[in-house]
Amino acid sequence: MIYVPETIKSALSALALNKVRTFLTMLGVIIGVFSVVALVAVVQGFQNYITDQFESLGSNLILITPKMSEDHDPGRTFMGNKLSLKNIDTINLYVGDKITAVTPSVRVAKVAEYKTKTYSGTVVGGNYQSYSIYGLETELGSYYTKADDSQKANLVFISSDVRKELFGDRNPVGEKIKIENTTFEILGVAKPKSPTFDDRIFMPDTSLKAAFNVEVLSSIAVKVKEGQNIEEVMREIRLALLKDMKADDFSVVTQKDVLSSIEQILGVLSSALAAVAGISLLVGGIGIMNIMLVSVTERTQEIGLRKALGATSKNIGRQFLAEAIVISLGGGVVGLLLGYISTLVVSSFIRATIPWWAIGLAMGFSVFVGVVFGTYPALSASKKDPIEALRFE
Amino acid sequence: MTPVLQAQNVSKIYDMGSTKIEALMGIDIEINKGEFVAIVGKSGSGKSTLMHILGLLDTPTDGEIILNGVNTKGMTEKQLAQVRNEEIGFVFQSFNLLQRTTVLDNVILPLKYSKVPGSEWERKAKEVIEIVGLQNRLKNKSNELSGGQKQRVAIARAMVNDPSMILADEPTGNLDTKTGDEIVNNFLKLNSQGKTIILVTHDDDLAKIAQRKIVLKDGRIVK
Repeated sequence: MIYVPETIKSALSALALNKVRTFLTMLGVIIGVFSVVALVAVVQGFQNYITDQFESLGSNLILITPKMSEDHDPGRTFMGNKLSLKNIDTINLYVGDKITAVTPSVRVAKVAEYKTKTYSGTVVGGNYQSYSIYGLETELGSYYTKADDSQKANLVFISSDVRKELFGDRNPVGEKIKIENTTFEILGVAKPKSPTFDDRIFMPDTSLKAAFNVEVLSSIAVKVKEGQNIEEVMREIRLALLKDMKADDFSVVTQKDVLSSIEQILGVLSSALAAVAGISLLVGGIGIMNIMLVSVTERTQEIGLRKALGATSKNIGRQFLAEAIVISLGGGVVGLLLGYISTLVVSSFIRATIPWWAIGLAMGFSVFVGVVFGTYPALSASKKDPIEALRFE
Repeated sequence: MTPVLQAQNVSKIYDMGSTKIEALMGIDIEINKGEFVAIVGKSGSGKSTLMHILGLLDTPTDGEIILNGVNTKGMTEKQLAQVRNEEIGFVFQSFNLLQRTTVLDNVILPLKYSKVPGSEWERKAKEVIEIVGLQNRLKNKSNELSGGQKQRVAIARAMVNDPSMILADEPTGNLDTKTGDEIVNNFLKLNSQGKTIILVTHDDDLAKIAQRKIVLKDGRIVK
């Protein structure tokens, strides 16, 4: 009897006879599976990033951001950024009793140096209240104070990764690090929180503006008191800020709003992805069918011989179907490996992961493509008349 | 004693629409165990058609083929495949080995479609490869062999499942005289060991080695 492992073995050896052709045939499926896996991983990575970001902030947070320009041109949005420290005072004046903290937020990417070591991370400027807004916890030392804010003191509070990279296990409190041309003293170290938080260096926004010549605020973050109606507070903040700015200059959003709009974008991206995947697998499948039909014709004599030696039509059909599935599944596995390698490559930028369902789906689709596009060639092989086939030159 | 193979009143008619071609008419053949029979005829005499029918690769329009006392008429495709696998060993003019596949794997091929368990394939194949004297070429690919060696592999393949008869279609047709003689000697040796051999050829000289000659002309047995 010819068993399944034997069928697969003979499929492999038949395909090994035409290595280049087999590889080229696989290519369609390889590219299809690779692009799906890589893109799913990146989308997943974005989702991880956003979830990290928001989970670490807590739920009762309101953000005031510059309003996107009508044409969504980030340049114009940036130029038209009217947020200022004055807004903080306004917020405190009008809704100060309903909030626990408010901070400006300025973010810049910088390289910190300590002796020969360097670390490129995000420098975040905020007032002393940013500690509670960001939900930070202290590992060593302390956070800066209101007095440090107003004195533009060159003090920093560093995250766990920054410490690990620059100081190892040593206590860095009191050490000096250099960012661009300014020296900052380390006041404290945060407990590890999440990947997006652990690369940060916190300092008073006043110090940041002075040291790096930054004028505008990235956003203003407000933490609402427990038990307050967030929608209500948002409305009041909006009204209050209209005294400083025009309605077109700013947006008041909760992190839920931001999250849902990003998820919407990711959703659209995912469906586009699925369409691309479908098309490339279809093309890959047609390629497999094409080559299998060529192979059936080329091996007509072999089919006749096998039938003469006792193979049934079913045996022959199964053999060719197995070859199509091996090509397709092989392409799927190679595509998956390439996808995995690409996630390793981008993992230093974004925490990309390949979910199990994506692996299962990729493999399932590969087999499916092999079966669908291998059936017709397999049938035409199995139907060959042994006499005609033996005579075929 | 039941004959190994009986053809009773076999005819084959190809229906080409307006014309009917009578390839075989009223063929009666009886071949006994251990016989060496040559079926001889010129091109177009119907000997290829007869060989296909005797080898159960084709079915007669009329008449019956009885193998070891079992009538093959009305057998399903699967049953016929099994009978071919177990009872008939084929040797073709153009060898028909699997390309770029080792001698051993070529000889194992019929066993893959048989009921013989996989654990015995290699042992059985090596046994018959030794009979044709290719035991030190087991791992050579088919394209690395000479014509004579290829045909010896084909003979080993025909023998591996220990069939009731070997059906050889112009087995020396693609070989030079000297190599052809070696192949003939292989057949004679097998026959002396009790194998039934049916040799189909147009070559009268070759047919002389057989104990019995069946001559075909225009689809009928003339001698």
